[in-house]
Amino acid sequence: MKIHEYQAKELYRKFGVPVPEGAVAFSPDEAKTVAQTLGGYPVVVKAQIHAGGRGKGGGVKLANSLDEVEGLAKEIIGMNLVTHQTGPAGQQVRKVLVEQGLNIAKELYLSILPDRATATNVIMASEAGGMDIEAVAAETPEKIIKVHIDPLLGIQGFHCRKVAFGLNIPPAAMKAFNQLLINLYKLFVATDCSLVEINPLVLTADDAVIALDAKVDIDSNALYRHKDIQGYRDTDEEDPLEVEASKYNLNYINLGGGGNIGNMVNGAGLAMATMDIIKLAGAEPANFLDVGGGANAEMVENGFRIILSDPNVKGILINIFGGILRCDVLAQGVVEAAKKVGLAVPVVVRMEGTNVEEGRRILADSGLTLITAKNLKDAAQKVAEIAA
Amino acid sequence: MSIFVDKDTRLLVQGITGREGQFHTRQCIDYGTQVVAGVTPGKGGQKMDEVPVFNTVSDAKEKTGANCAMIFVPPPFAADAIMEAADAAVELIVCITEGIPVMDMLKVKNYIADKPVRLIGPNCPGIITPGECKIGIMPGPIHQAGGPIGVVSRSGTLTYEVVHQLTEQGIGQTTCIGIGGDPVNGTNFIDCLAAFQADDATTGIVMVGEIGGDAEEQAADYIQENVTKPVVGFIAGLTAPPGRRMGHAGAIVSGGSGTAQGKIDAMKACGIHVCENLGTLGELCREVF
Repeated sequence: MKIHEYQAKELYRKFGVPVPEGAVAFSPDEAKTVAQTLGGYPVVVKAQIHAGGRGKGGGVKLANSLDEVEGLAKEIIGMNLVTHQTGPAGQQVRKVLVEQGLNIAKELYLSILPDRATATNVIMASEAGGMDIEAVAAETPEKIIKVHIDPLLGIQGFHCRKVAFGLNIPPAAMKAFNQLLINLYKLFVATDCSLVEINPLVLTADDAVIALDAKVDIDSNALYRHKDIQGYRDTDEEDPLEVEASKYNLNYINLGGGGNIGNMVNGAGLAMATMDIIKLAGAEPANFLDVGGGANAEMVENGFRIILSDPNVKGILINIFGGILRCDVLAQGVVEAAKKVGLAVPVVVRMEGTNVEEGRRILADSGLTLITAKNLKDAAQKVAEIAA
Repeated sequence: MSIFVDKDTRLLVQGITGREGQFHTRQCIDYGTQVVAGVTPGKGGQKMDEVPVFNTVSDAKEKTGANCAMIFVPPPFAADAIMEAADAAVELIVCITEGIPVMDMLKVKNYIADKPVRLIGPNCPGIITPGECKIGIMPGPIHQAGGPIGVVSRSGTLTYEVVHQLTEQGIGQTTCIGIGGDPVNGTNFIDCLAAFQADDATTGIVMVGEIGGDAEEQAADYIQENVTKPVVGFIAGLTAPPGRRMGHAGAIVSGGSGTAQGKIDAMKACGIHVCENLGTLGELCREVF
């Protein structure tokens, strides 16, 4: 789960990772109130959306007076911010973070993430702070320091020294840097992060070390043990159809971009492969939808409704490999849902596995104009005919 | 004649008295698997059908000689269950549970590293040696006993699809393993490839991957160096958008790495017969094997 920068900074404060003074504001008036508490200028006004590249997109600006704070907050709140991560549609800004400006001497990069290959947590750091770290990694990998931490051991002093000396941290800032890194690691583990990233981490002229930016992603599988962080979810930042789908435990992703064939599948791997086969057939998949192993008529109905609320969808492919989910149960669900929703587009159904004969009979006897496919190859062909 | 499990495997089931645990234990017994024990803390002394239930894994192992554990424990307790089985030195641990936090799996993976155990999963359908032993949630009847093909996959239903197409072509399987869709798992592609290479009954391998991580690239390199048997590969997720988790916790393209195209290219470069269209995988296997 993604959270906002201002929420990440709340967590940072809680764990003793230094951040600039500041607070979130939902209106220009609130922005002014915050600015007045900061004790001087410049003040930074930062758009809060779940995407990077906000500065380049015009969502981060510097103010030198209270009037400027108000003006910038007016400009940024409500704007449609387009960055390389939002896609061309952009994202509407609903709030800003108002913060003290810092006297920056040097910008660094620091992150921690789980490394799936080595089953360790890896600290990544670089003196090339403030830049796109993926570009740094691709072009000058020698500029990135990686330190692996055994999760059973936790962070030790030598880990910190490796990073600090690698970053050429000045002696006067060494102690503060090490403490920041230890606290950041504690935050990472204690809140089940899938990523903590500070870009840039700032060395100030007076040798303080401060997280100018803050990114935190939380492992969704661990949210059950973080009730406080569950409250950080901001559905305004999510696709409305995905929010709707999540209410019914449907694993749905809107692929955007005008896909014309919707699909409903059981199992994530098969769902991806089904999207791929739609593309191979010359059409465009509109969505990813895994109904899982326990799909019932209600879930199928909601799935239909969500897929069909995308006006670009010209047809639907249902691909079910019955295991735990029996084909007759699924077929019954499809028939009930189709009658309720009133299918306005052709639906290709491909079923295989447990109780498939019974499932096919239910579909055939339903009186619905469903197109049945013998196998996956046949299904792709039938999808191609619809899309043509 | 198979890898990791066969007709002599003696299975204990952790979480046997739960709804899922009961249902799938019965399915496994029906298939012919020797289920010798169940474990549910607090329910020791009871029976699930004819299967004796114990409070701890070590008890169950000691009393019944179980050498394999199948785990149906909910995510908050699953990591603990895996470590309990590893602590009791149960040789093979198959964890079906989906949704275990990554931080828990990091601990598990390091904890079991120097123990004489093998973990399959989590978030996997399990492992089956057709005709001998089924440990997991896969539908038994789609498989064909007698080999000669081994199947290894990160997915569940996608594996069933692949196995079904093999069976339709009259191609049987030695062993089919789902290694799971989580970013941190136990047994990986290379472990399975090495075992299939060493298994005389297996003459060819189907490997099914998906976006995220670089396990397929590593496996491709391994195949080029070490596997003399023909390998057919398939990768799901060519159309998956970057930065989005596609259902499986491990299925995400991040920072331009872990793409389906990258994996397909790596596999082709290492001499693997890559199937581009899942609908024709069975036919490709017919040609290659």
